[in-house]
Amino acid sequence: MNSVIKGAGYILAFTPDMVMQNGTTQTTEKIVNPDSEYLKKVPEHLRSYEEVLAYMPNQTYIGNMTPDELATYEQPWYDKKAPVCDRYGKYGEIMPQDEFLMLMQICDVFDLCHLEKSFVAAVKPKAEAHPLYTEDMIAKIKDGVELSEIEHFVNDEHAEPLYHEGKLVGYVKRAHDVDTNLSAHVIHENLVSKASCVLSLLHLIKATGINKDEVDYVIDCAEEACGDMNQRGGGNFAKAAAEVVGLTSASGSDVRAFCAAPTHAMIEAAALVKSGTYKNVVVCAGGCTAKLGMNGKDHVKKDMPILEDMIGGFAVLVSENDGVSPEIASDMCGRHTVGTGSSPQAVITSLVATPLDNHGLKIPDIDKYSPEMQNPDITKPAGAGDVPLANYKMIAALAVKRGELQKADIANFATEHGLVGWAPTQGHIPSGVPAVGPLCDMIKEGKINNAMIIGKGSLFLGRMTNLFDGVSFIIQKNSGKAEESSVSEEQIKSLIAKAMKDFASTLIADAE
Amino acid sequence: MSILNGKKVIIIGDRDGVPGPAIEECVKTAGADVVYSATECFV
Repeated sequence: MNSVIKGAGYILAFTPDMVMQNGTTQTTEKIVNPDSEYLKKVPEHLRSYEEVLAYMPNQTYIGNMTPDELATYEQPWYDKKAPVCDRYGKYGEIMPQDEFLMLMQICDVFDLCHLEKSFVAAVKPKAEAHPLYTEDMIAKIKDGVELSEIEHFVNDEHAEPLYHEGKLVGYVKRAHDVDTNLSAHVIHENLVSKASCVLSLLHLIKATGINKDEVDYVIDCAEEACGDMNQRGGGNFAKAAAEVVGLTSASGSDVRAFCAAPTHAMIEAAALVKSGTYKNVVVCAGGCTAKLGMNGKDHVKKDMPILEDMIGGFAVLVSENDGVSPEIASDMCGRHTVGTGSSPQAVITSLVATPLDNHGLKIPDIDKYSPEMQNPDITKPAGAGDVPLANYKMIAALAVKRGELQKADIANFATEHGLVGWAPTQGHIPSGVPAVGPLCDMIKEGKINNAMIIGKGSLFLGRMTNLFDGVSFIIQKNSGKAEESSVSEEQIKSLIAKAMKDFASTLIADAE
Repeated sequence: MSILNGKKVIIIGDRDGVPGPAIEECVKTAGADVVYSATECFV
C-alpha cells in the first residue's frame, strides 16, 4: 500500500540582526566595499517583529491563511496588513529573535554557544513558557556570561557574535583552532539549521499527535554540511535534531541535493514506509543564514523593507496507510536524469509529463502543481520574476504542445492548477514542500483530488557538475485501506463455502 | 547573417528560466564563440 502524509509543521524564525551579520550579500559587501551606501542603509530597512507577524506570506507559511486567500490580495504584499497577525498557526509559529537565540543555545551540546547574563534573565522565562519545549530542553539553558567574556571571544578568539536589537548578547565559539569546518562561522550556521529544524519537529509532533517513541527514522534535507576536516559533510543533522526533541526510538540520516533535497527525501521516506522498513519517517529541514538578505540590495534600492529576514523550517510525517490521509503515489515519480538535458522543455517533460504518461494521465489531470514556491514579493523587485508563475507557464506551454490544453487557456492554467508563492527564499525551504501541508488539507476537504510536488536543484553551484536536478511526486486522495487488503471477509466466506462444496462433491462421488 | 556570427559570447543562464547550457547550444548554431557560460540561481 502507498504510504501517507499524516501532517506537516512549518516554522519561521525572525532574525533581523543575522541579516547584517551572516547573510552572504552583506558579509561579502563588508569585505569588498566596507563603506558602501548599501551597508549604511540596511538597518533602516529591517522590519520589526510586529511587521513580520503582519506579513501575509508569513501567516500563510504557518497556516493562518490559505494560499488561495493570499492570492485574493493584489501584489505587492509587503505594504498590506494580514487579517491575522498571530505568532502561532495550525502548522507552526513565527519565533522572535531573542527566543531563537536561546533555542540555539539549547541545541548546542558542545558548550560552544553562550548568552549574556541579563539577556538570559530576560529570555529564559519566555522559553519556559513555550508550549512545546520539553523539560529536558529547559534544563539545557545555561547561566549567562559577562559581556566582557563575550567581547573577549568575539575580538580575540574568532567567535561569531550574536546580536539582538543591535546589542551584543552572545557568541558562538570555534570548535577547533585550525579546522575551518569547525570554525565559529560554520558552527553558527549549523546551530541555526539545527535549532530551526528542532522547532519544526516540535510543531510536527503537535500537529500530528504522534507519540515521540513511534518515530522510526528522520531524514534531514537542508543544505548545510556538518563534519570536521576529515569529513566535511559527514552529518548527521537528522539524528542531532531528533535527540533534542526526544525522538528516542529514531535513527536518521541526511539527504543533500541542493533545493531538490526535500522532494528527494519525501520520495525516499515514502519508499521506506511502503516497503515496510519503517512505519513512521519524518522529513525535515532547518533554514539557512547565508541567504538572509540575499536580494537586499534590490529591496533597498526600491525603498522596500528587506524581506529576507526569516529563517525557515519544515517537517512532514510519512506513515503507513491509515485509509484516510493523502497518499504518496510512489509509482508515479518524475526525475531529471543525467541524460535529460537542460532545456526548459526537457526539464518539464522529465519532471511532469513522463510520470503522467506512464500512467495514462494528462497534465490537466493533476489538480494542483507545487513547483518552486518562492514569494514573488521578494523575487520580483530583484529581477528574478515570479518563479512559481514562470514554472506554471512552462508546464502549461508543454500541455499545449502535447495537445492537452488550448493555447487560450495558458493564462488560466496558473490560477486553476497553481498556487501563488509565499515561502521565503531559503533555498530548499520554498522548493515544492511548503505546499504539502495546505495541499493535503485541500485533498482532505475534498477541494482537490491530487497534486504534484516538484523540487529542483542547482547542482552546478557546487562546481562538480554542470547538471541541473529535479524530482517530483504525486499526492492523491486516499483510496481507502480496504481497497488493497488481501482478501475481504465476504471473499473468505465464499472461498470456504466453495471448498466445502467441492469436498462434499468428492465424498458423494467416492460413495457412488 | 546572424548577428552573433563570429562574436565572443558570455552567457549567464537562470535556473528557473533558460539555463546556460541551453543558451550555449542556441548561440553556437548562430556562429558565436562561447567564452564563458554559467547558470545562476537567484532564489
